[in-house]
Amino acid sequence: MPDGAPLLELRGVSKRFGAVQALSDVELQARAGQVTALVGDNGAGKSTLIKTIAGINPMDSGEYLFDGRPVHVTTPQGATALGIATVYQDLALCDNLDVVANLWLGREELGAVRLLDETDMEQEASRVLKRLAVRIPSVRTQVASLSGGQRQSVAIARSMLGEPRMVILDEPTAALGVAQTAQVLDLIRRLREQGLAVVVISHNLADVFAVADTIVVLRLGRQVGVLDAKQTNSEEVVAAITGARAGDEQPTEVTEP
Amino acid sequence: MTVSDLDPRLVGEQPGLAGAWAGFRRRLGQGELGTLPVIVGIAIIWVIFWVANDRFLTPGNLTNLGLQVSAIGTISIGVVLVLLLGEIDLSVGTLSGLAAGVMAVLNVKQGWPGWLAILAGLATGLVIGAFQGFWTTRFRIPAFVVTLAGYLAWLGALLLVLGETGTVNISDGTITGLANTFFIPLDAWLLAVAAIAVYAAVKLWDRRRRVAAGLPVPPMQFLVTRIVVIAVALLAAAAVLAADRGLPLMLVIFVGLVVTVDLLIRRTRFGRHVLAVGGSPEASRRAGIQVDNVRLMVFVLAGTLAAAGGILAAARLFAVNQSSGGADTLLLAIAGPVIGGTSLFGGRGSAYSALLGGLVIGSITNGMNLLGVESSIRFLVTGGVLLLAATVDALARRGRQAAGRA
Repeated sequence: MPDGAPLLELRGVSKRFGAVQALSDVELQARAGQVTALVGDNGAGKSTLIKTIAGINPMDSGEYLFDGRPVHVTTPQGATALGIATVYQDLALCDNLDVVANLWLGREELGAVRLLDETDMEQEASRVLKRLAVRIPSVRTQVASLSGGQRQSVAIARSMLGEPRMVILDEPTAALGVAQTAQVLDLIRRLREQGLAVVVISHNLADVFAVADTIVVLRLGRQVGVLDAKQTNSEEVVAAITGARAGDEQPTEVTEP
Repeated sequence: MTVSDLDPRLVGEQPGLAGAWAGFRRRLGQGELGTLPVIVGIAIIWVIFWVANDRFLTPGNLTNLGLQVSAIGTISIGVVLVLLLGEIDLSVGTLSGLAAGVMAVLNVKQGWPGWLAILAGLATGLVIGAFQGFWTTRFRIPAFVVTLAGYLAWLGALLLVLGETGTVNISDGTITGLANTFFIPLDAWLLAVAAIAVYAAVKLWDRRRRVAAGLPVPPMQFLVTRIVVIAVALLAAAAVLAADRGLPLMLVIFVGLVVTVDLLIRRTRFGRHVLAVGGSPEASRRAGIQVDNVRLMVFVLAGTLAAAGGILAAARLFAVNQSSGGADTLLLAIAGPVIGGTSLFGGRGSAYSALLGGLVIGSITNGMNLLGVESSIRFLVTGGVLLLAATVDALARRGRQAAGRA
């Protein structure tokens, strides 16, 4: 297992929506310079967990430690202020704007007489995309003309403009082709090389094994395993996801809401 | 330009003059036509009418044309902003009439000074725009419905304000001066030269900053060509105006508003947010943009600009009557930006489409009047041109889709 104190640590996190116990006693650690994959079947609580981290659904009980200090994150702004950036599955880009405009959307830089400072924004955008080795024809291309992989890359690059310390990616390779998936996985490796703590949600175990250092398995709202990606295999992970592993509670036919 | 090692499948902008020319042709082929089709359209219309009647291209008639398009064109500027959001405002016509009615009644019947009455008229548009914007955003009713209600209500309000006589004649010099003031011919030249100088200075300064920042720049020849084209157009306009009565104040107001709103759309944070909301409200919301505030502000601007257009129309007519802002005002005010290339689906368009589209409609009206054609034919032709323009836009959009730029 990796050494060093985790950047993010969740202890005993529980979250309830009405009659549904979405998360119970979940533990999660994410380290800087490491990719932590969060896997689990539909309804296992992956999305609820990252929404807890991102401040969208504050937890009911449990501890949230960032950089070793207990913090209370109850709003998306609070998570952003800590240095946590989240890239959601639906990318939230404006098709009719170019890459620079999308990267800076909502936090445009102003220059002289309160006009947009396009030169500064374009320069900074080029720098970030170059650092992440994102391939696009031009930073002045409209997002509508980019491929799925390029759009995902732009969405990830956008989260990097705030100089975060941790990035959460929700299904970054869903609906992407082979080459585009490889492009995004490359990008995830570069985020790790730059010392960020990366948390990736994915359904695709091949992608998980391609980039993850640690695999955290959720099942029915509980954390059922933390596996070292180098010392485990797909069978073990699948067993943990489906609950077929010996010593665990028996898999039950529960239809989740 | 390439951000990193180039994927050979990507067609980027190649450096140099040939590359820039190739990029221009590629954009044309992919349906990013910009204002080119409209300018070509205006040229064709002008040639046709000039062949049919050589009085069409005289300075006197072209000055008249400028005055004729200014009032509805001013309303159209606000329509552009609403269209950029992907919404529509059906109230701008009768709202323009009501604002002019309020101004005329306050001035003539209540004895308010002209400038104060003008401000009151503008305030009417502002408040009504704010009301409609509030209603749309607060209750999530489509702007189409809210402004349709407004269309009817403000028509009624105009009749109410005008009272029994139904017509209020305006003689106040401040108000009528809006449409009947001409600066001496020299002013047209000075303004043209100043505009060219500012344009060239801004473009060159921008280019220098980009070079200093290590960003790609278009070839100098392209920039110079642009500046020369703009300069020739402005000087030609100045020559035309100077040869007749001089520079009309009304045209200065209209074109000044077009330039200002263009700057607002392209170079300010607010304008960027308008485009973003028109492109994807959800993405805008997630980016932290106060989507409802942007919408509200756009309706405020549209209402105020509609009022300004109504006031200009009243100043030109020397009166406000029961049909002010009625009849075809609304439809022409919306047709202008659409002919000028602003998309009805939000997120794409320019303030200049109000000017160019207005010129297309205005030229047809003016030319046909000159030829003594019945207004029945005029409407038929204008309708055909609108359909043609919408078709060009649809084909361009298909080109964009084929190129993955929908």
